[in-house]
Amino acid sequence: MRPDTEAELAELVKTASGPIEIIGGGTRKLGEHVEGVPLLTGGLSGITLYEPEALTLVAKAGTPLAEINALLAKNNQRLPFEPLDYRALQGSAGEPTIGGAVATNASGPRRISAGACRDSLIGVRFVDGMGRIIKNGGRVMKNVTGYDLVKLLAGSHGTLGILTEVSFKLLPAALATATVLVAEDETTAATTMARALGSPYDISGAGHIAGTTALRLEGLEGSVAYRSEALAALLSGKVGDFDWRALCDVQAFAGFEGDVWRFSVPPSQGPVLGAALRKLGAIDIIYDWAGGLVWALSPDGLDLRPALESGHGTVVRGTATPRFHPEPAPVAALASALRARFDPRGILNPGRMG
Amino acid sequence: MQMPESSARILADKAKIVARLRKILPEESVIDNPVETKAYECDALAAYRCPPLAVVLPASTDETAAVLKACFEMGVPVVPRGAGTSLAGGALPTADSIILGVAKLTDVLEIDYDNRFIRVEAGRTNLSVTGAVETNGFFYAPDPSSQLACAIAGNIAMNSGGAHCLKYGVTTNNLLGVTMVTMEGEILEIGGAHLDSAGYDLLGLICGSEGQLGVVTEATLRILAKPEGARPVLIGFDSNVVAGACVSDIIRAGVLPVAIEFMDRPVIRAAENFTHAGYPDVEALLIIEVEGSEAEIKEQLDTIIKIARKHNPVELRESGSPEESATIWKGRKAAFGAMGQINDYMCLDGTIPVSQLPKVLRRITELSEQYGLDVGNVFHAGDGNMHPLILYDANKPGDLEKCEDMGADILKLCVEVGGCLTGEHGVGVEKRELMHVQYNEADLDIQMAVKDVFDPEWLLNPAKVFPLDASAERRA
Ligand SMILES: Cc1cc2nc3c(=O)[nH]c(=O)nc-3n(C[C@H](O)[C@H](O)[C@H](O)COP(=O)(O)OP(=O)(O)OC[C@H]3O[C@@H](n4cnc5c(N)ncnc54)[C@H](O)[C@@H]3O)c2cc1C
Repeated sequence: MRPDTEAELAELVKTASGPIEIIGGGTRKLGEHVEGVPLLTGGLSGITLYEPEALTLVAKAGTPLAEINALLAKNNQRLPFEPLDYRALQGSAGEPTIGGAVATNASGPRRISAGACRDSLIGVRFVDGMGRIIKNGGRVMKNVTGYDLVKLLAGSHGTLGILTEVSFKLLPAALATATVLVAEDETTAATTMARALGSPYDISGAGHIAGTTALRLEGLEGSVAYRSEALAALLSGKVGDFDWRALCDVQAFAGFEGDVWRFSVPPSQGPVLGAALRKLGAIDIIYDWAGGLVWALSPDGLDLRPALESGHGTVVRGTATPRFHPEPAPVAALASALRARFDPRGILNPGRMG
Repeated sequence: MQMPESSARILADKAKIVARLRKILPEESVIDNPVETKAYECDALAAYRCPPLAVVLPASTDETAAVLKACFEMGVPVVPRGAGTSLAGGALPTADSIILGVAKLTDVLEIDYDNRFIRVEAGRTNLSVTGAVETNGFFYAPDPSSQLACAIAGNIAMNSGGAHCLKYGVTTNNLLGVTMVTMEGEILEIGGAHLDSAGYDLLGLICGSEGQLGVVTEATLRILAKPEGARPVLIGFDSNVVAGACVSDIIRAGVLPVAIEFMDRPVIRAAENFTHAGYPDVEALLIIEVEGSEAEIKEQLDTIIKIARKHNPVELRESGSPEESATIWKGRKAAFGAMGQINDYMCLDGTIPVSQLPKVLRRITELSEQYGLDVGNVFHAGDGNMHPLILYDANKPGDLEKCEDMGADILKLCVEVGGCLTGEHGVGVEKRELMHVQYNEADLDIQMAVKDVFDPEWLLNPAKVFPLDASAERRA
């Protein structure tokens, strides 16, 4: 199925007799396997509204991210949340769509300053499991009219509704960028990153990979020059080059065999978790979000969750299960009750989130 | 404005209900004497008042859970209350409801600078959250003008904003976790010190749910390192359209100020008379604030001023000292109070796409003439959140109704041009019946289905947010 309009999509869902697997670009292979008729969102494509002076963009869910990024770049603007691209890591092909980025709440290093995808997302239209067309939020960046289903839909992996249109608040693109590098091992990295984020220098990326802690500064030229020097002095580091795209997309694990895990923990816990993961057999570890996001490469099928003290872990590549972190019973009960309301027949990506 | 009829059963059972609550809480935490319950009869939407059946002030999450469980079992509606500064009637009780106030829950539970969060009890005031961390160079970003009084609980329920949210976002963007008690008395931990959720974003759903999904007793909030400094520039224009164009050009140039505030002539005059801040008598005044080190402030202000000059401002005043900054902000900060000196006022907060500003201001002027009521506009210009203040005389019969009708027309206009009914104050009872304007039946039904999940009996703050006719069956 590949509907060209929202109305057509709604009709397809309404008359569906069994499970549907929703596919945007097909580049983000997350969650459990879904047995269902493929529904491609690619027909719902195009930027419906772009107002640079209002920092607002509205696009149909199947619009390729590349198309959006190109238009924004021309106007010196960008999506604030730096959506990560799973193609290298997962060996997937195709063109990532904006709907897929929203459904997975895909957020890169700028998460620590500009927020996640869910923070930039200001409006959604979607088709629920009964084929009803629903809107929530809108195209203005301050909106508290009714419940915030926008956040609920972000990261719901297509299990609550099929996104048809999404709206974002944007940011000006950085006129200048610099990175401060500190050579150290991972045991001290969290402290370095905490010092940086505790400084007034407005850090927009903080990661650690292969013996290097990297801190990104963005903004106007003079400001970036000033802050990067001040930060380098504070941390005894130096200004240098760093591939933020590679960190964002976890490219370092791309060529290697094994499972890839993604853990979300309080940032200072990052290296503590890292050490515990290595003890359990993890082969390599990368840190983003000032230590709050921990990527681990591990032998196939190994259960790394016992290393966690708080937070959660998701399997993003390989054979370990369950792929999503099991939630405490009362929260899981709410989640399944919500799912039963949005999709009473249980036909939208059933089982994807466990 | 209508409220549902109170339940005769509950009113008749008052003594029994209060006795049961007294078994759960200490004597002084249950208030049922009419002289004292009167203090809870309204919030900052003071035109509507109704004392509750009783008031409970639990001192812990466990006490809150016990109270809610008892109320659930007795089938008694509960209205959560923070500091009662809601402008939408969110904390307005009904005669058959229990007010559950979190005023005793004010402790700081944990401060963690390495992980940049603070965990507080939800009754703590917004300003005192920053107060707890500022000596260490940190702050809590959302800054509603009511921050001295309003509680974090209310901020979470309303997803409150502030003057600086253009850069830092609103409450939902700065909230990491909550402890919340459901109407059935179950204690839930949602979120925490990590940055995202394992499953559905329930935290995002709870924030802004106006006390209808659960009672929040604790919150984990993101704190940020304070910038080195901040400085405003004041720019006056003889036309709203030009002021709007200036804002657009600044945003397009890639500068992101922390605040862009807009005032129109009636507000400028009122603020000037009230505070003598030295505001010029112009059609539109912008206050634009930037942050950073001295050099960074200069870099940003230079860019802004260069753009502003192209629009031929009548006045342009860059602050040269902390005193001058305070003077520039003084009038803006007192704007509501200043309008209040002139007459009673109703404060709207619809949001519009900023491109629609000139059109909306023109239409508001026409409506003002049509209804014969004066209006002043204060406006977060960067994000399109309007604050039209409609002046009326509460003692003049019919004036409030006229003012409400005009308010409704303005909000419909906001929706019509692509915006929304409320940008930061919430729906409450005030905008409840207008929800039809923004949302159709399916849009509202799915939101109500969310409430069904958290509060199947519709006992928590039931008469709010949704049009009474739309929620009637569920409330019955
Ligand atoms: C002068 C003035 C200026 C203002 N400026 C701003 C501004 O700049 N920005 C802005 O956004 N707002 C502003 N407001 C509105 C108001 O201050 C905010 O909505 C505030 O967040 C309300 O907090 P409160 O503690 O007073 O909540 P209350 O008024 O007590 O309650 C508000 C809502 O929260 C619910 N609630 C309260 N406690 C809980 C709880 N524990 N659990 C679940 N739900 C709960 C209530 O049921 C109600 O629906 C202003 C108000 C005034 C009077």
